Amino acid sequence: MKPSPSSVYLDHSATTPVWPEVMAAMQPYFGEMYGNPSSLHAAGRKAYAGLQDARRRIARGLGASASEIIFTSGGTESDNAALRGIAWARRRVAGARRIVSSPVEHHAVLHTLEDMAENQGFAIDLLPVDAAGRVQPPDLASALDEDVALVSVMSANNEIGTVQPVAELGALCQARGIPFHTDAVQALCKMPMRVDELGVDALSASAHKFHGPKGVGFLYLRSGTPFRPLQIGGGHEGRRRAGTENVPLICGMAAAMDRNLTEAAVEWPRQRALRDRLIAGVLAGVEGAYLTGDPRYRLPHHASFILPGLEAEAFLIALDMAGVLASSGSACTSGAQQPSHVLSAVGIAPPDSYGALRFSLGRGTGAADIEYALAQLQRIAAQLRAAGAARAA
Amino acid sequence: MDIRPPSVAVAMSGGLDSSMAAALLVERGHACIGLMMRLWSERRPGESTRNKCCSAASVDVARAVADALDMPFYLINAERPFKQAVVDPFIADYMEGRTPNPCLNCNRRIRFTYLLEYAARLGVPYLATGHHARTERAETGQVRLRRAADRRKDQSYVLSVLDQARLRKALFPVGDYQKAELREMARQRALPAAEKPESMDLCFVADDDYRRFLDDWAPAAPRDGPVLTTAGEELGRHAGLYRFTIGQRRGLNLPNVAGQPMYVVAKEPARNALVVGTKDELVARGQRFALANANWNQGRPPLEREDLACQIRYNGTAHPCRVEAEAAAAVTVTLAEPQAGVAPGQAAVVYAGDYCLGGGTIVL
Repeated sequence: MKPSPSSVYLDHSATTPVWPEVMAAMQPYFGEMYGNPSSLHAAGRKAYAGLQDARRRIARGLGASASEIIFTSGGTESDNAALRGIAWARRRVAGARRIVSSPVEHHAVLHTLEDMAENQGFAIDLLPVDAAGRVQPPDLASALDEDVALVSVMSANNEIGTVQPVAELGALCQARGIPFHTDAVQALCKMPMRVDELGVDALSASAHKFHGPKGVGFLYLRSGTPFRPLQIGGGHEGRRRAGTENVPLICGMAAAMDRNLTEAAVEWPRQRALRDRLIAGVLAGVEGAYLTGDPRYRLPHHASFILPGLEAEAFLIALDMAGVLASSGSACTSGAQQPSHVLSAVGIAPPDSYGALRFSLGRGTGAADIEYALAQLQRIAAQLRAAGAARAA
Repeated sequence: MDIRPPSVAVAMSGGLDSSMAAALLVERGHACIGLMMRLWSERRPGESTRNKCCSAASVDVARAVADALDMPFYLINAERPFKQAVVDPFIADYMEGRTPNPCLNCNRRIRFTYLLEYAARLGVPYLATGHHARTERAETGQVRLRRAADRRKDQSYVLSVLDQARLRKALFPVGDYQKAELREMARQRALPAAEKPESMDLCFVADDDYRRFLDDWAPAAPRDGPVLTTAGEELGRHAGLYRFTIGQRRGLNLPNVAGQPMYVVAKEPARNALVVGTKDELVARGQRFALANANWNQGRPPLEREDLACQIRYNGTAHPCRVEAEAAAAVTVTLAEPQAGVAPGQAAVVYAGDYCLGGGTIVL
């Protein structure tokens, strides 16, 4: 039987439950502290105080200044703002029109870049990646010249969990004076992310990936980085993102980030050990299964596999029916049967790519959950294989 | 969360009938899951635009119904098998001068093969659909297929392709009800599909325009060709055999011959010729035909029976007939009275009273 009354949730890379203290942190700003932070009166001042407190706490978590945090509606908006905002400004001040990125980025980056190439005259260079999906710093070094407006490489991949050599890439960019953006939606609160150590000029994040609410995120933008705002209107967020700030969600995001970083020293190794048990169990228990991504440079809560000869769609339905909630790699592409661009980039083609599964652990995952999931995985693999064999016979 | 293993997968479309099928099964206490197939998403070759058969709106309705019934719902992708099993043969049939009914092929190869096997792999043994038809189970376990209680909505014709093994796994919960009753029942239950209009079109053909679909998908098909009388006299030209079907009169743009209107009586792909003739010539060709890919759901053809009737199109009446076989594989049907519009590629489905015994594809 299932160890918990409801189900085993192993899809934290898709989203996470909002923690009770995060809800508690938001609650007052829906009620008695309803003010608009731009208002001069008492209600406005209370909201402003909450907003600025959240900004300071988030900045502290990154080793940044509060003024370098721009609140947004989430990861996709942060990516759009960084890519368009920095590239437009760089083209204006330096005439640069190339953007260097990687083929394993999230669609929020890749599709934005495609749009910028098609409609705004930018040229896009995608660096090669190795079989684990990692960018090699020498490849970036040889791609950099004075025509590069911006470099954008994700901190860690959502589908295969691979962590990029962000600090090395950042150092190369800094040496050439080229702004460097990283999509840290998957990485933040899963590994150390100090903007100076990483050498990043812009960093995108989304609260719901780390037990905050959906619909809120932020863009870290290093002071002095050329930037033209995407959303125009009032003077909010230092004239970098117009629109009244979503104070309750922002305060929830700050509370979630604080707790994550406080617990990191205990929680990251704990999840890593459970995750390693899951990987070992799948590789030993499901014939032919192999790990995608990098065994070492990997998010601590993330395990992703190819189960050759098995179709992820049926596998995930069977898992769901057994109360194990997982994914094939990206919640954003469910329902589509396009081969994953990430798997294609690391050389995994159909039919293998149809058998891609992702399990992502979280704060609530325990050892019994992993053992239950492993038992179900083995049972379902056998069930689907037996049905496939019966059909072939 | 319901921890009973589900026993029925309901093939859902977001329409009234499949939604009520799900509701009836859930109310009878069955643990169900809803499966909806994404079958087709291209408007033109290589063009990935909004699809018609499983539009986002239909998926939303089906999901809302499943949610209201507290049953899990999964959208599964069947585009590859559907193209292979249904769309490609549909195009090939037209290119070879036949008039296919892809719904039968879909029931045989997609719903009651691909989807049934899919459910079985999930450990779910039965498949329910919203078809208007009934099954009756004898004490021996043998299942018979019967016309729906609402005779005007009966869909046993498109289920004639199911064999005994598939019928044993099939549930048609709405077949016992009148369509109007079902709509009322859906309203009482406030099901999101209650007010959905009926859809009668081919699901993958945009705007129900199969000619334009074939223009797009069979660009190499021969176009210009002769229109001939049965005696071989050329009366004019046609713009592609696939644009015509047997018995068609409109769109020929031919003058009357000897005072009689002309009908399509045959298509000859070998010389890209459209053969036309009088009503008498048309009817004379519609009495005796062979069946290809025959399926008999009681295991063998109903030879030499006197109580049979044959339906030669989906929305047609059944005509008295005899079924004969020279060899096991060569089954022929002879209608008591010849009929207009017996079209190769359409299904001929044989009934004994209310019971559907099976049938096959018309070969002239």
